[in-house]
Amino acid sequence: MIRIANGQGFWGDSLEAPLEQMRRGPLDYLTLDYLAEVTMSILQKQRSRDPRAGYARDFVEMIGRGAVDIASSGIKIVANAGGVNPEGCRDAVAKALNHKGTRIGVVAGDNILGRLEDLIARGVELKSMDTGEPLASILPRVQSANVYFGGEPIAHALAQGAQIVITGRTTDTGLVLGPMLYEFGWKADEWDKLAAGTIAGHTVECGAQCTGGNCQVDWQNIPNMADIGYPIVEAEADGTFVITKHPGTGGRVTVASIKEQLLYEMGDPREYITPDCIADFTSIQLEQVGPDRVRFSGIRGKPSTAMYKVSISYSAGFKAIGTLMYSWPDAYAKAQVAGAILSERLDRLGLRFDAIRTEFGGVNACHGPLAGEPSPDIAEVILRVGVRSSDRASVERFTKEIAPLALNGPPTVTGLGSGRPKVEEIVAYWPALIPKTEAKPEISVEET
Amino acid sequence: MARVKLVQIAHARSGDKGDTSNVGLIALKPEYYPLLAEKVTVERVKEHFAGICLGKVQRFELPNLGALNFLLHESLDGGGTLSLKADAQGKTYSAALLRMEIDVPDELLSKDSVHH
Repeated sequence: MIRIANGQGFWGDSLEAPLEQMRRGPLDYLTLDYLAEVTMSILQKQRSRDPRAGYARDFVEMIGRGAVDIASSGIKIVANAGGVNPEGCRDAVAKALNHKGTRIGVVAGDNILGRLEDLIARGVELKSMDTGEPLASILPRVQSANVYFGGEPIAHALAQGAQIVITGRTTDTGLVLGPMLYEFGWKADEWDKLAAGTIAGHTVECGAQCTGGNCQVDWQNIPNMADIGYPIVEAEADGTFVITKHPGTGGRVTVASIKEQLLYEMGDPREYITPDCIADFTSIQLEQVGPDRVRFSGIRGKPSTAMYKVSISYSAGFKAIGTLMYSWPDAYAKAQVAGAILSERLDRLGLRFDAIRTEFGGVNACHGPLAGEPSPDIAEVILRVGVRSSDRASVERFTKEIAPLALNGPPTVTGLGSGRPKVEEIVAYWPALIPKTEAKPEISVEET
Repeated sequence: MARVKLVQIAHARSGDKGDTSNVGLIALKPEYYPLLAEKVTVERVKEHFAGICLGKVQRFELPNLGALNFLLHESLDGGGTLSLKADAQGKTYSAALLRMEIDVPDELLSKDSVHH
């Protein structure tokens, strides 16, 4: 049995969780997911300003704080923290470790930004999986392009003796499957086992979201969420596994908490496609085998496809969002009138927007018309107006029309503390497919 | 028959893929699953999310988990970073689905208490 923990569900997750995972009980592996779909474009921008940047700096900081734990326990760490500069991340990690003789592996080769024109010229269209449009239509606006690799390259790096494996764009599930492939020697066509490792990865990839975080069932009584335990997979060579957490931590691992996470970001449950296999979520059998212990068995999988998914980001205009808060009496009516006044002023200015959206926090921002009419005595309502445009100047002008409403609109309004709203560049996501023959993982392992 | 909100017999979690929201609906007890499968149809869900889901609704069954998975296409104002919605990722659509009311046979409810 090997114990594989998750200590980071996304870039921005708890800075303490990875250290707590290492310190509160024995582990063989710690896996950390740092990359969201648009993270790559942010990192690409950072690297274009500084060639040494472009990776998740939180990871390097964590390695520095945990260096003693890493050296003394021999724990292996797998993270997709490399972003668009995994080699740069390795150099920074080596420095933060400050320890001779640690082998650090890098999985690169996922970054195809510089090859897009060539690929398109050779007939690889990289059509949007959402709209079917070919990438050529937005090519000048592309900011990053990365292939999702799976668990296999990680297993290769581990086989070469790496204690820390840093990858670029890797599937969240591959971070967990990789160690299993290496430890158990599973073959590339043992689809049921690969699917089991993939489903283990899916279960823990969002950190505490499977151990009682964001859980609807009996949420009021989930113990000690302030010290919530992050998940641990206890994996067996036959493809069964138990999801648990360190004793003494908060949160709760139950069949209910696990089911919620299994369904998170789910498409067709019979066809969960990764670079490694196709996993069938309708085959999963769950059993509560002890307090905070849920066992998975029966998982089936199918052969992987001939394609990798590619994550492409591109510049798609500008947006800004402004908010104002109106108090009782007539809070909702005041917010509605203010929204109408703002809309009329934007019209008079002749600004160009692709979209304007007005929502009322406290009334309908989450559930729209399903929420029904608010109480006439509602204590306060937040007016929230967002605009989107390819014309930056229009969005910029919008941000200057919110504050005046405090003096020249309906009464008892507040919430301007942080000043004018910010104009944000929209970096949109373009998912596509690429034949596996067009992208090869590049694996290297070096000793500090 | 009793008119019951789904929140009394089910729980849910939602997430996003681009402009599509996924809502997983899970029976609180195994005996509620056949009822969910019968009553919470594609048509009902599309009607429930009128004004929110502008595209089609797809439904997938996971009887092993006592769960249904719904895909609500065109429901996130473009999705991801394009969206101007406060809930750009449809994180609260799980709870929005639990507002739906369905008819539940009395014998199913009288077995023991439902979650109120």
